[in-house]
Amino acid sequence: MVSLNGNVLFSDKSEDFPTFIKNAYKFFKTDYSKFFKMDNLSKLAFFAADVLLKNENLNEEENNIALVFSNNASSLDTDRKHQAAIENETEYFPSPAVFVYTLPNICLGEISIKHRLYSENSFFIFDRFNAEHLQLYANSLLRSVKAEKVLCGWVNFDKNNYEAFLYLVEKEGVFEHTKEEITRLYNTL
Amino acid sequence: MVKTYLSYNNIYSSLGFNSEAVVENISKGVSGLDTYEDASLLPEPFCASLISSKKIENEFNMIGDASKFTKLEQMMILSLKKVVDASNIPLNEKVGLLISTTKGNIDVLEKESDFPESRAYLSELGKTIQTFFGFKNEAILLSNACVSGVLAISAAKRFISEKKYDYVFIASGDLVTKFILSGFNSFQALSAAPCKPYDKNRMGINLGEVAASVLVTIDEKNLPEEAVEILGDATCNDANHISGPSRTGEGLFRSVKAALQEANITSENVDYISAHGTATPFNDEMESIAFSRLGMEKVPLNSLKGFFGHTLGASGLLETIVGMHSMKKNVLFISKGFDELGVSKNINIVKTNTPKKLNIFLKTASGFGGCNTAVILKKANN
Repeated sequence: MVSLNGNVLFSDKSEDFPTFIKNAYKFFKTDYSKFFKMDNLSKLAFFAADVLLKNENLNEEENNIALVFSNNASSLDTDRKHQAAIENETEYFPSPAVFVYTLPNICLGEISIKHRLYSENSFFIFDRFNAEHLQLYANSLLRSVKAEKVLCGWVNFDKNNYEAFLYLVEKEGVFEHTKEEITRLYNTL
Repeated sequence: MVKTYLSYNNIYSSLGFNSEAVVENISKGVSGLDTYEDASLLPEPFCASLISSKKIENEFNMIGDASKFTKLEQMMILSLKKVVDASNIPLNEKVGLLISTTKGNIDVLEKESDFPESRAYLSELGKTIQTFFGFKNEAILLSNACVSGVLAISAAKRFISEKKYDYVFIASGDLVTKFILSGFNSFQALSAAPCKPYDKNRMGINLGEVAASVLVTIDEKNLPEEAVEILGDATCNDANHISGPSRTGEGLFRSVKAALQEANITSENVDYISAHGTATPFNDEMESIAFSRLGMEKVPLNSLKGFFGHTLGASGLLETIVGMHSMKKNVLFISKGFDELGVSKNINIVKTNTPKKLNIFLKTASGFGGCNTAVILKKANN
């Protein structure tokens, strides 16, 4: 399911992620050739960010939107694939196209390239969704004028379980930027 | 704005198990790099900076049961313990724990590992370290490729500026594993000989393992002589490519500019640059372009990769700590491996240990995902 600002825009019964994300990609007419080179975590994060930022009338040249993302499984989904490729001496085929995705922040790079974000990037790992630290970090970036807006959230991909929850923080908006409100919105997922 | 400082510190590496010993080796020109032939790590010989597991275990057994902790956990705990002990502050709710690593316990994915796969989750690494010391707050983990170690300094400063913590202990660490070696080798990025950052004949990177820890504090009293104030910091993405740096050094240029702006100084005030310098053709060239665009061609610059190799998520913090000690000694350390300039801009690489009055230095790092981070640090006890 894909929802934006509380409205369900797309739902699909596909059991596996590759089918789901392909159907969603078609539905939203995403049209970005690099998308199919990405690993699962990057596809998930890129897609969620794309749905959200599409409505933001972004500048084509550059935008100062910081990315503060987090999850629990880091890049383990792709880490396991790289490990499988090097486990046996007889079938030893490490691939740079896989290895590059064995870092959780690569998805931030993918989003930055697409939306021309020459801005702050941070990827945190928490045991579970941690509204407080995301809120503090976003506040600090806005207060120190390091970013005009901050795209925060949680993008986790682990053993075909996946979820992405992103929200944009700026000086004026619909919801108050508090730990309680962020947690409430996350829990409505 | 409250002032924040980098205070007590430790480096746990092949060059020694505390900052002073490591810095002493650097000042003598001793490198921790060596050539290894170990097919369980890589099918071909490689050059790296490794720490003997036996030595770590022997030291760890004096404070705990080494068999219950992975090699990385042992290193990080031993490193952090020295900083926690030296700091002598109660670990209450105003004390945070920030952990910087790219791959954590990734070696537990290997079939023959003695530890369960669950140890590969970075939050588990955080819990292990938090529990060992009895921190009141949950560990925060930062995993942002090769800028993680420098970015951790920014993150600590930001959580302090938001008044969440008064003190943050940063522990960083990464290992040389089959996982990492095979990956960088698949990129054809490894040099079989000791790396030569910025040199005409540079052939690529060496990998290294290290744990490095520091206390970030608002307390301007209880500071060691090498302490520094964090004047400014910034991270900027290249918005260009996920595995290759920008040809114009855009993200690095922007991050240094933003850090200088926050520090409220100009590039002329910077006495020394502790750069990233991985010794790959593209990275070093990109850095030279960025520093040239910043008008910093004349500022003395070194890369410490010739001493430790590239220690990934720990490198930025490790190199910052060496920079602090370099300022304390008022000596610029040699950029080991460098002979002849091999980048297009005429940057000022440190060719021999050079006495110089040092007050402010710039630490930079760049990494996969197009990220670049800069931090500006000033002597606290001037």
